[in-house]
Amino acid sequence: MTFDAEAAARDFPLIEGGKNVYLDNAATTQKPAVVLDAVRRYYETTNANVHRAAHALSDAATQAFESARADVARWINANSTAEVVWTRGTTEGINLVAHSYGGSVLGPGDRVLITELEHHSNIVPWQIVCAQTGADLAAAKVTADGRIDIDDFEAKLDGATKIVAFGHVSNALGTVNPVRDLVARARAAGAVTVVDGAQAMAHFHVDVQDFDCDFYAFSGHKMYAPTGIGALYGRETLLEAMPPWQAGGEMIEEVTIEATTYARLPFKFEAGTPNIAGAIGLGAAVGYLEGIDTEELAAHEDHLLRTATSRLSQVEGVRILGTAPDKGPVLSFLMQGAHPHDVGTLLDQQGIAVRTGHHCAMPLMRRLGVPGTVRASFALYNSLTDVERLIAGVHKTRSFL
Amino acid sequence: MTDLDEVRGAFELLDDWEDRYRFILDLGRSVPELDPELKTDERLVRGCQSLVWLVPRLDAETGRLHLTIDSDAHIVRGLIAIVLAAYDGNGPDEILDFDIEGLFSELDLLQHLSPTRGNGLRAMVARIRSVAENAAAV
Repeated sequence: MTFDAEAAARDFPLIEGGKNVYLDNAATTQKPAVVLDAVRRYYETTNANVHRAAHALSDAATQAFESARADVARWINANSTAEVVWTRGTTEGINLVAHSYGGSVLGPGDRVLITELEHHSNIVPWQIVCAQTGADLAAAKVTADGRIDIDDFEAKLDGATKIVAFGHVSNALGTVNPVRDLVARARAAGAVTVVDGAQAMAHFHVDVQDFDCDFYAFSGHKMYAPTGIGALYGRETLLEAMPPWQAGGEMIEEVTIEATTYARLPFKFEAGTPNIAGAIGLGAAVGYLEGIDTEELAAHEDHLLRTATSRLSQVEGVRILGTAPDKGPVLSFLMQGAHPHDVGTLLDQQGIAVRTGHHCAMPLMRRLGVPGTVRASFALYNSLTDVERLIAGVHKTRSFL
Repeated sequence: MTDLDEVRGAFELLDDWEDRYRFILDLGRSVPELDPELKTDERLVRGCQSLVWLVPRLDAETGRLHLTIDSDAHIVRGLIAIVLAAYDGNGPDEILDFDIEGLFSELDLLQHLSPTRGNGLRAMVARIRSVAENAAAV
């Protein structure tokens, strides 16, 4: 069986009928009707605050909210729902780990190791916590084709390294990093691992136990769920030992003016009323993905990427950035004699949505010596027709320059 | 140098996006390039998606403001041509009195630019106006 993208496109109100050639999926994906319906149904039938079960509506809301957490835990193969903390997204997940875990274990002489491939969200939180604790921040180099330089990674992974943080899939180039291998190396060096999974969840079936990573952060809105919700997987023993990050309601067991005991996991890290509707939407998105054969989906998206890559390489003056053998459906390129901004504007005039700029990965752009790129990124509802329209759009753009 | 009436006339005739963008790109080709040595961080206009450098020069004798503006993006250079047609070589008061938002809406220019790109154009205008304000205060 092959994946039926035309049928899948009908699940997405903003995509169906070829309304939009939407190739900015690495920024955010569109939402299927089942997710939109789940959010609407929650507000229409179940809306109440959670975990304050003095009435039936609150019971129902809590049940829906916690059942969404169970959906996520099952989907990523966490040991239990105690290991799934709701966040606003990947950025908040990484900040939580940096401040709570990093803030409590790092000190002068310690090291945090990241890579040059990272999104700013997986750089700046570490810079801040390193500045606060006196730890040192090192970044493994990237090869010319966009892979993490394993030799440099090994060289920088010294005995002082307490935390290793890297992305699963590069948002700027699409490189799929060898998570299992990097985690094993980091663990052998005695470091805790933090994986930025933002760009992986819509495309691959993630198994955190198989990866054996300590933390895995991701965003709902990049995997067909609403914005403002995400989750952080954390190994239970680590989460248990970590201090709370933000404080407020929900995360409390008992408060006196003198002292507070914190709620059990994962609520210790969920201060304030959570994004209940968002979590339910994310649960529905997981349900949607569970209905899809993961291997067929990966084959479909890979086919789009390979076709687009080979067609685009034939256009004169086009240079593709990120040519690692293992890639997610992200295609970054430059056109000779044109700024990415020019290309993006002219493609937009033709109804083709791409992203242009540095993709919040300025160190990587500097490493590659480019001001930015034009990035086309695919999702399950994209088809070969979209690829053809992109190629035609690039040819037309070329005629302007 | 681009003439403002010429731009107005052309935009009236060009009704599809292709012709308008070809015209904007053509305008950009007429904008003199800035000496690479002058492309420094202090001369960058903040708020633009692409890099835009602005070098103002006040002619002490005539009191007129001469502008050199350059960008690494072609479409932006086209927009620079229009901004230069509106401002370059004018006195500070003339610059401050000029209704550039009116010109942009007359040309239907901002509608075709995303808010972030429109902001870049406005950042350029704000920088020129602040230079003119300083000159007028002298």
